[in-house]
This record gives sequence, C-alpha cells and structure tokens, in this order.
Amino acid sequence: MTLASTLLPIDVALGVIVYWLLLGLAGLLMQNSRVITQIIFPAGALGALVLAAAALSSLGGAVNVAVLPLGLPDLPFHLRLDSLSAFFMLLLGAATIGISLYSAGYFRTMERGALGLLCFQYHVFLAAMAMVFMADDAYLFMVAWETMALSSYFLVTTDHKVAEIRNAGFLYLLIAHVGAIAILMCFGVMQGGQGAYTFDAMRESQLTAFWASVTFLLALFGFGAKAGILPLHVWLPEAHPAAPSPVSALMSGIMLKTAIYGILRVSFDLLDVQLWWWGALALALGLLTALFGVLFAAVQTDMKRLLAYSSIENIGVILAGIGLAIIFHSFRMDAMAALALTAALYHSFNHAFMKGLLFLGTGSVLHATGERNLGKLGGLIHRMPKLALLVLVGVLALAGLPPLNGFVSEWLLLQAFLLSPGLPHSYLNMLIPIAAAALALAAALAGYVMVKFYGVIFLGQAREKEVVEQAHDVGIWERAGLSWLALGCVMLGVFPVFFILHIDFVTQQLVGHTLGESAAQTGWMWLTPIQPERASYNPLILLLIVAAGVLVTLYAVKKLYHGRLRRGPAWDCGYPEQTARMQDTAEGFGQPIRQIFEMFFGIVREVPGPFDKKPHYHGETRDLLWIRCYLPIARFTEKLSALTGKLQHGRIHIYLMYSFVTLLALLAFIR
Amino acid sequence: MSGLLLQLFQNGLVVLVAPLLLGWVNQCRAWLQNRSGPGVLQPYRNLIKLFHKDVVLAHNASSLFRFMPYILFVSMWLAAALVPVIATGLPLSPAVDVIALVGIFALARVFISLAAMDIGTSFGTLGARREMLVGFLAEPALLMVFFTAAMISQSTSLITIVETLAHREFEIYPSLAFAAVAFVMVLLAENARIPVDNPSTHLELTMIHEAMILEYSARHLALIEWASALKLFAYFTIGFALFLPWGIAEAGHWSALPAALATLFVKLAAAGAGLALLETVSAKMRIFRVPEFMGTAFLLAVLGMLIHFLLGS
Repeated sequence: MTLASTLLPIDVALGVIVYWLLLGLAGLLMQNSRVITQIIFPAGALGALVLAAAALSSLGGAVNVAVLPLGLPDLPFHLRLDSLSAFFMLLLGAATIGISLYSAGYFRTMERGALGLLCFQYHVFLAAMAMVFMADDAYLFMVAWETMALSSYFLVTTDHKVAEIRNAGFLYLLIAHVGAIAILMCFGVMQGGQGAYTFDAMRESQLTAFWASVTFLLALFGFGAKAGILPLHVWLPEAHPAAPSPVSALMSGIMLKTAIYGILRVSFDLLDVQLWWWGALALALGLLTALFGVLFAAVQTDMKRLLAYSSIENIGVILAGIGLAIIFHSFRMDAMAALALTAALYHSFNHAFMKGLLFLGTGSVLHATGERNLGKLGGLIHRMPKLALLVLVGVLALAGLPPLNGFVSEWLLLQAFLLSPGLPHSYLNMLIPIAAAALALAAALAGYVMVKFYGVIFLGQAREKEVVEQAHDVGIWERAGLSWLALGCVMLGVFPVFFILHIDFVTQQLVGHTLGESAAQTGWMWLTPIQPERASYNPLILLLIVAAGVLVTLYAVKKLYHGRLRRGPAWDCGYPEQTARMQDTAEGFGQPIRQIFEMFFGIVREVPGPFDKKPHYHGETRDLLWIRCYLPIARFTEKLSALTGKLQHGRIHIYLMYSFVTLLALLAFIR
Repeated sequence: MSGLLLQLFQNGLVVLVAPLLLGWVNQCRAWLQNRSGPGVLQPYRNLIKLFHKDVVLAHNASSLFRFMPYILFVSMWLAAALVPVIATGLPLSPAVDVIALVGIFALARVFISLAAMDIGTSFGTLGARREMLVGFLAEPALLMVFFTAAMISQSTSLITIVETLAHREFEIYPSLAFAAVAFVMVLLAENARIPVDNPSTHLELTMIHEAMILEYSARHLALIEWASALKLFAYFTIGFALFLPWGIAEAGHWSALPAALATLFVKLAAAGAGLALLETVSAKMRIFRVPEFMGTAFLLAVLGMLIHFLLGS
C-alpha cells in the first residue's frame, strides 16, 4: 500500500490546518519581515494548494470522518469531510493561493512587530475557516466559528490607532456575536431535547414543522449576520474598507461563504424537511439584499466601500439561488432544485475569485497612491498597465459579462427562474417573474457599478496629479496572486461544464439530483442544463469567435487601408479649456442612480446659498436602515443601561440591602 | 456542411446589408421631413471616407481606447450573425442563447462606456454615465421580453423560439403584444434613436451615444458607425424573430431561401419606414425623462410575463 492510498483527504486537510497554525506561530516568533513575507506567506499558499487538491480528490469520494480527543472531557471534536465540506474547502484553498501569494508582496513594507502578529492572525483565520467547513458537531463548529470571528476582528483592526477603524471593528464584532447567539440557539433547537450535539444526532432527530421553521429562521438570522443579508449588512461596508486589502479579500471572498455553507448545511443536510415558504423568504430577502447592495454600491465614493456593497449584492444573488432551490426541493422537483443550487454554488465560487481579485487590485492602488477616495484617482492605466489589465478581467467578470465566469452563474440562475412555471403553486408562479425581473435589474446595475469603479480609478486623467504620479506598477508577488485569480475567472467562465461536474457531487448529496448528465450530454464544451433544445451556451466558441473576429478585423483594416495614426490634443467638441476636474467624479457618476432611487437613500446635502462668501458643497448618502433601525436600538440600549446604572452607588451597605430585599422577596415566593 | 455555408452567407449578408438599412431609415426620415435626402447608399460612402482618413488620437488615449472599436464591431457582428435572419439552421446559434445575446450587448455597452471615459474629457464621462443609465434599465427590459417569448416556446434558444412561434396559429398573444411594445421602446433607446437620443446632433444637453464617441476618428470611428448599423440590424431581426417569425426558412429547406430573403427585405423596408415615422412624429425627451421611459418599458415587459402566467398564453 502506498502512502497516497492510506492518507485520507481529511488527514491531509487536518495536516494543512496544523501546518497553517505552525506557520502563524513561526511568523509570531520570527519577527523578521523578510522571512515572513518571502517565505511564510508563500508557504501558506502552498498549504492552500495542498488543501485544494485534497478537497478536489475527496469531492464525490467516500465521506471521511474523524474524532479528535481534544476539547472538554466527554466532548471530543467530531470532524467530517463530505462533498459539501469539500466544495467549500476547495473554494477556500483555491482562492487562498492567490491571496497568500499577493500578501507576500503586499505586506513587505509593514512594520516588524505588527507584521508578525498579522501573520499569526492571518493563518489562524485560514485554519479556523477550514475547521468550520469540517466541524461535525455543534461544539467544534462554534469554537471554530468564534475563532474565525475573533481572528478576523483582530485582522480588521490591524490599524487600531485610527478611531474609525476601531469603531468598524466593534460593529463587526457586535453583529458577529448577535449572529453567533442565533446560531447557538439554532443548534439548541435542532438537538431536539436529546442533549446530543453532534450533527449526526441532529440529522436523526425528527423536528415538527414548527420547530424546523424556528431552526431555519434562526439559522437564516445567525448566518445572515455573517453574510451581510439585509438588514444585518451594516458591518460590511465599515469593516471591509478598514481591513488591509488581502484581509478584505479573504473576508469578502471566503468568509462570507462560510455563512452560505452554514445555511446550506442546516437547511439541506441537518433538517430533514423543507417548507416552501422558507425558500420564498430566502428568495425575497436575497433579491432585496441584491438590489440594496448594488444601489448603494453605485453611489459610493470610497473604492473599498463600493466593493463591500457589491459583496452584499452578490451574497443576495447567492441567497436567491438557495431560496429557489429550497422552493423546488420542497415540491420534490429535484432536477430544478439541482439547477438552482448549482447556480448558487457556482456563484459562490465565482465571487471568491472576482471579489478577491478586485479587493487585491484596490490594495495595489492604495499602496501605489495612498488614496482610497475615487475622487482623487484616475488615469492609473498609464501608470499601472499590468494591474489595469488584471483588474479589467475582474471588473468584466463581476459585471456578469460573457464569456467570463460571472455570466455563467447568472445564466444558470436565470435558467432556473425560467423553469419555475412548473411549480404547483399559483401564487409562487406569479411572483417568480417579478423575482426574475429584480435579479435582471440587479445584474444590469452591477454593470453600471463596475464601469464606474474601473472608469474612475483607471481611465481618464489623473484627478489629483501628485497622488497619481508617484504610482508604480505591481511587483512580482502581487502580480502572481492577481494573475492566479484572474486566470480562475477566465477558466471558470470558459470551461463551465468541468466545474459543474464537480458541483454535481454536492447537489447529489443535498438534493439527490445532478446537472451533469444533461449538462454534458452534447459534449464537454456545451453547457445544456436541461435539454439542448431548451437552452445551451458555449463560452469557448464565443471567446474564440470574438478573438478571431478581432484579429481578422484588425488585420483586414490595416491591410485594406492603412495603419496611419497621429497624436493630438483631445477634441471634446472644441472646448479649449479642459481640466481633469471636469471629468465625472465618483459622486457625479452615481448621480443618476441617486436621483432615480432617491427614496431609498438618506441624502444629506449642504448647498451654498447665492451670497456665500466661501461656498462649500457637501453631499452624503446614508443608509436609511442605519438611521431608522440601528440608531433607535442603540439609543434604547443606552437608556436601559443608564437606568440599570442607577442601582449602582458603590456603597457596600446599599448592596447588602439589595441582597436582603431579594431574599425577602424570594421567601415570600416560597411561602 | 450546408449549415456552415448558411452561417457564412448570413455573416456576409448582415455585415454588408446593415449600413443599407441605416441608409434606408435616414432616407425615409428625409422624405418625411420634406427633404430629398442623401440616398440610401450614404452610410457606405461615409464608411469608405472614414477608412481612408488618418487616425488622430488624443494624447492620453490608452490601448483600451484603441482596442474598443474592434471589440464593439465584432460583438455586434456576432450578435447580428446569431439571429435567424433568413433560415433557422445556423450552427453558431446554439452557442449563444437569448440570455447570452443580452450579455453580448452588455459587453459592448460596457466597453464603449469605458472607452468614453478613457480620454478624460467632460463629454466622454457624461456620455458614459448616460449610456449606462439607459443601459441598466434597457437590459433587464430586453431580458424580460425574451423571457416572455421563452416561456411560450419553453426554450431560450432563438432558433427554437422562432420555430415554435412560426408554427402557432395566427392569433394575438396578449403577452407578446406587451412584450412587443416594450421591445420597440428598448430598440429606440438602445440604438440611440429619438425620443431617447438623437443620432444626428452634437447637442451637449442631450447627446448620449455621440458624446461617447466624440474622440474617435477615421477607421476607429468607421468601425463604431458600422457596429451601430449592425446593432440596429440585429435589433430589427430580433424583433422579426420574436414577433413576425413568418417567412424564415427552416433548417434544410434550401428552396425556401430566396423567398425568405425577399421576405426579410420587405420586413426591413417596412420596419425601417416605421422607425423613421416614429422618429419624425415624436420629439426628443429631456434626459431626466429617459428613466421614466425606460422604466415603462421594463414594467410593460414584466407585465407581459405576468399576463402569460395569468392567461396561459
């Protein structure tokens, strides 16, 4: 027997987790920034590669289980690697390769003490996420979940000297814990009074429809807080800009997916019934989240906040896919459930690559210019051409354009919507077209957002000369990381069938049906989810035709006519006095959206009057949910704690009196 | 093999006939406005003239700016080549269904908007912003129009849609009627026609498409103009495929091709005259009204889908 055949994937995965923890410790002890950036981060990427390979090999293989005698006495850690876990482990590994490689270059200028700490937290964060995917009992799951939340909190507050960042970190920690409480309660309900907290016991327990619904709602709330589902999204646009860019990429690309994993694990695996209204609720929430996210992304002026809102949108799209899958599954239409679920899983994977790529891209822009504000950037394509090209791939992918990967998942999801008329529920059938329309609107708005993002940062003239002119292109490590993610975007877009064949193992496990046989029935190039006559899509042919067409046209035009070209000043309808300030700012580009959807925004404007000596304009778009929902809750909590504070005087005899009165009251009760 | 021949024939046909359609619309417009007009061949003359000129490129134009006209031209050509114009047996068509077709239009729109922002002039960014504004409402509306047809024919493949719709009994489908109105509105907006945009002026307050391509000259501009003609042609033939599918020859029916070709030209002539009439009798809207116009198109398309569910037709 060779080593490879005795080594189970779960052992390899555990090995990688231990390896990451050791790397983190090594970083903490070394404190040598060269070693940390040049050796430890690339070594972490290697670990991610091994993890991805192990996950890939275990997709569709036998379910691996392990019991570790760690933790409390009589409460060992249960681990399990099934197809669902393996899929998300693959996502974690594949995206981390790029992000860790990038980090090797990105953090090289960081000061020494902070870097060691960051390296430790970074690798603990990775290990915790892997542990979340493998946990097979509520105890280990919560331990891993909290480790993940805490390590990411410390990563977000890397720059803890800035008050704004401390506030962002606090908000993140608060909402993460509100969510964690809901998850804990969800597990509590699911064990059904048996007192056994392993997932195996939860799978066995028979819940009534009422308690199953309570579980689902708690899971949706708890995991929704992590994913940024409306109205629990408020921490995302604060925490993402605060964190260093590779950390934002990890959080947005991968950590949000742990919540998606949790929702899938609870609703499809641990619960044995699904009710259609859960799906309808998830679908509605998902679409609202998607529209909300993309509308707010369109009016942002900070590039990382813009991407954070775009993450909210994408999570909404994924949740809508899950909702549709639950609806189909509850009506026992498993083929369609498999289609919707495939779309959701595919989009999760895509999002890790696209958003990872873009967050890393903003990191490079930030490094080169020191500026996050879109209003001061512009024209970076001349200074950073390599970065501009790589980011363009991410932008086109996130805008959902063929032949890149964002389009594939969008296409699958729209196909799932088109199949819904078969539902045996007339109201649902009526609502589905509206849902499809909302999804199409969100997808189209994503294009708007991406044009704004790319156009304002990379194109045009430099809005602030001194900010942009010092910019230098990305280094070799950064380029390697970005290229890996960009390559992923292209490959996932051009060869969707290969990837869907892997997703099939997950849909087989969760809904008992796959897309693969039909998806590949006309050859590996053709994506045909149901039948070839119904729908087919072939991105490879599309890409080849466009590429060949462009080459032929280029050649033909040059050959038939000429290639003469000269440079001159811009024409611009003959207006001579053109300055860079006359271009649209980020605010200006978002203005139509702000005007059309004015009622969804809390807009604050200070417009100068006609006689102002020093005219000053200030505009701000605020989140209405923050104003109407969060601030009242915060005020109420403060008032409550102020009331409680009145009990405290700091004098011992008063406290003794409290005890005495309590005792008397209790005695009265017992008598 | 025969399918490949047909595909090549259609590729050639669309790219050559598209400027003629534009010339015809312009000529009809001139007649309706009591002008004699430049003749239907004017777009070809413009293209030849532009191809012969030297390119003048702004100083800070990047390679994206120079590359965009080629991508735009090829994607519009591809879009026009995918629509079953005269026959349904196109081998390329299964590669791109209607959703992907909308995606190709979006790809072209994103590229042209990015190129417009590349020079960094006030008009360029203004045009890009307005184009994306029109686009983000037009794109879902077009998708909903396609969905209505796809629900009737149980397929998102344009070929299956045409074959199903052409074989039905002749009756008015209420859902398709709504979809048709929405489609015409989308067509006007997406092709920069009155009342949304005016292709023949450079008026700073109103221009959208022209503002984006102000900095282009010579062969780049020629390709963009040609792409616009191809886009109009593609939209016309998509309209025929969805709402007037009669006369399109089916796969393998070679004898029906000449008749199909003749039918196509009759439809194009009639629809072109109709577009010219529509443009002549309506006035250019204020730019702030455009979102309302597009929103109406979007709602009409969604209504079409709802009616399909309510009436089952």
